[in-house]
Amino acid sequence: MQDYQTQKPTVLEILDTHQAMPGNLLPILHGIQDTLGYIPPAAVVDIAKSLNLSQAEVHGVISFYHYFRETPPGEHTIRICRAESCQAMNGKALETHAKQQLGIDFHETTADGIFSLEPVYCLGNCACSPSITIDDEVIGRVTTEKFDRLLATYKGAK
Amino acid sequence: MTRVFISRDSTALSLGAEQVAKALAQQASSKNLSVEIVRNGSRGLFWLETLVEVETSQGRVAYGPVQAEDVASLLDAGLLEGKQHPLYLGNIEEIAYFKNQNRLTFARVGLTDPVNIDDYLAHDGYRGLKNALALHATEIVKQVTDSGLRGRGGAAFPTGIKWNTVLNAPADQKYIVCNADEGDSGTFSDRMIMEGDPFVLIEGMTIAGLAVGATQGYIYLRVEYPHAKIALNQAIEAAYKNGYLGENIQGSGKTFHLEVRSGAGAYICGEETSLLESLEGKRGLVRFKPPLPAIVGLFGKPTIVNNVISLASIPVILDKGGEYYKNYGMGRSRGTLPLQLAGNIKHPGLFEVAFGMTLRELLYDYGGGSASGRPIRAVQVGGPLGAYLHEGQFDTPLDYEAFAAISAVLGHGGIVVHDDTVNMADMARYAMEFCVEESCGKCTPCRIGSTRGVEVIDRIVDGVQKDKNTVLLRDLCDTMTYGSLCAMGGMTPFPVLSALNHFPEDFGLEAAKA
Repeated sequence: MQDYQTQKPTVLEILDTHQAMPGNLLPILHGIQDTLGYIPPAAVVDIAKSLNLSQAEVHGVISFYHYFRETPPGEHTIRICRAESCQAMNGKALETHAKQQLGIDFHETTADGIFSLEPVYCLGNCACSPSITIDDEVIGRVTTEKFDRLLATYKGAK
Repeated sequence: MTRVFISRDSTALSLGAEQVAKALAQQASSKNLSVEIVRNGSRGLFWLETLVEVETSQGRVAYGPVQAEDVASLLDAGLLEGKQHPLYLGNIEEIAYFKNQNRLTFARVGLTDPVNIDDYLAHDGYRGLKNALALHATEIVKQVTDSGLRGRGGAAFPTGIKWNTVLNAPADQKYIVCNADEGDSGTFSDRMIMEGDPFVLIEGMTIAGLAVGATQGYIYLRVEYPHAKIALNQAIEAAYKNGYLGENIQGSGKTFHLEVRSGAGAYICGEETSLLESLEGKRGLVRFKPPLPAIVGLFGKPTIVNNVISLASIPVILDKGGEYYKNYGMGRSRGTLPLQLAGNIKHPGLFEVAFGMTLRELLYDYGGGSASGRPIRAVQVGGPLGAYLHEGQFDTPLDYEAFAAISAVLGHGGIVVHDDTVNMADMARYAMEFCVEESCGKCTPCRIGSTRGVEVIDRIVDGVQKDKNTVLLRDLCDTMTYGSLCAMGGMTPFPVLSALNHFPEDFGLEAAKA
């Protein structure tokens, strides 16, 4: 894991640019995660101080939202939709297959650090279920074979 | 220069629209063909995506579903002249699925370049705002009240009444908040509007601002919609540049500012008070009501919180009048509802139609039956908190009151189809599990009731004292329905009880009497 001292200037800069914004905590957390890939637990101290909140309040917000993470993600994050529409099109089988192929459960990262796996509840791509995203790319009508092909592509592109 | 339209909608992209557009650009340039590729929204006929439409002397000609590999043969066959090819579809607007819709809110989606303000203006855009600028605030609210519009986010509260409350609430600052946290499985109409015609939402919010005297608006957008965020921000920038947002809108002296804020993956933030907490930078905990957000909303100020489709329906109401809009629909359900057909369905897509069509017509005449070809067994309408309907209920008209009469909801208009391989005890368990995952935790019936619900369903399915546990499950659902603070805990019993009542055999119980 990276040393927080090297990340601190980035965090402080994000805090600075959002200072005057009303309701700025979520935009700040997004800013940090977009830049660093996650929210370093040590950053909570700086965020709390800057916003005049308790560390518990900041931690409470980070842990409330599924999207925020406090550990570094793999190079690519795969999100598999678990919602009803995807279930109606064999989403559960896809989920099992993906966990097997990657050898990890949800919220985990593969040993080689290439893939993180996260559940997601609806990508709004229900017309082409089952759906996944790899980073920001939405992919529809994902069969187990298509999933394996995608894994190979992303591994190759490493 | 021939204009070719290829969608930038997420669903089209998820099927390869980007690759099709690239292939076409490359091959056209190597053949010295003069082509302008317009990235439009989607027509909503998703089984035909990636759809390629070409502007020809005979009108717009469509081809689909196109994959990147098909581009060479399409060009050879004379794609740019609208000539025949196995993927030739003709004018998409003549296909029954499209032709038989009443597209009011979605009139421009798929037709125009979503982020080109000139294109928006050329297709009747900003006519509603122009009218609104000449009206007194009370007259704008009257038009909305007259239209009969009810909130399209799910709760179906009359929009005019909400606006009137905010209008009459004295305050130094008021807000317009767009609830763009469309998190229900099977729904994508908000996403399609934001990606396919973001200006219509911006215009609707601006009119809302004029109507109640609010100068600041926020679009609270779920983080799962990155493409919508891009399109909204591009459109907002263009609106500012052209004097449709900011100070002195079109020389009227009126002000309205607009900003997109990202959610962070919490379903509960689609509930209006949780959403406001989240916008204020807190955990998305539900607030007690009253006070209503219309009186004490964002940062303690009077706030309109409306769903994307509600706000996107405003421009046409202000353009053509409340009466025009009201003439669509039935009973107390006026206007149109963009229905979304998803799950196990042959022809999935968006279908905007006046209230009153039956589910059966939609499922079979337009949806074409299940995608798997097997019988349709259960249909969930209105998202994860909506009831599961069985075959015997498919003739219910799509109308708020008719659905309420069978203990179901229309919600946001999402329709998820399951074939006969579905296990309804699994779906009931999932509904409780979803509530465990997504409850904000503030009230006990929702927070603890959902966890106990999963356990009780497991015991019934395992055959442990199944009669006693069935009674217990019903009792628990009763507590959740009447004891929860918001719809999350209050409506989770809808899918659970409907599964139990209509499909008891899946729980190992005696089959329902016909």
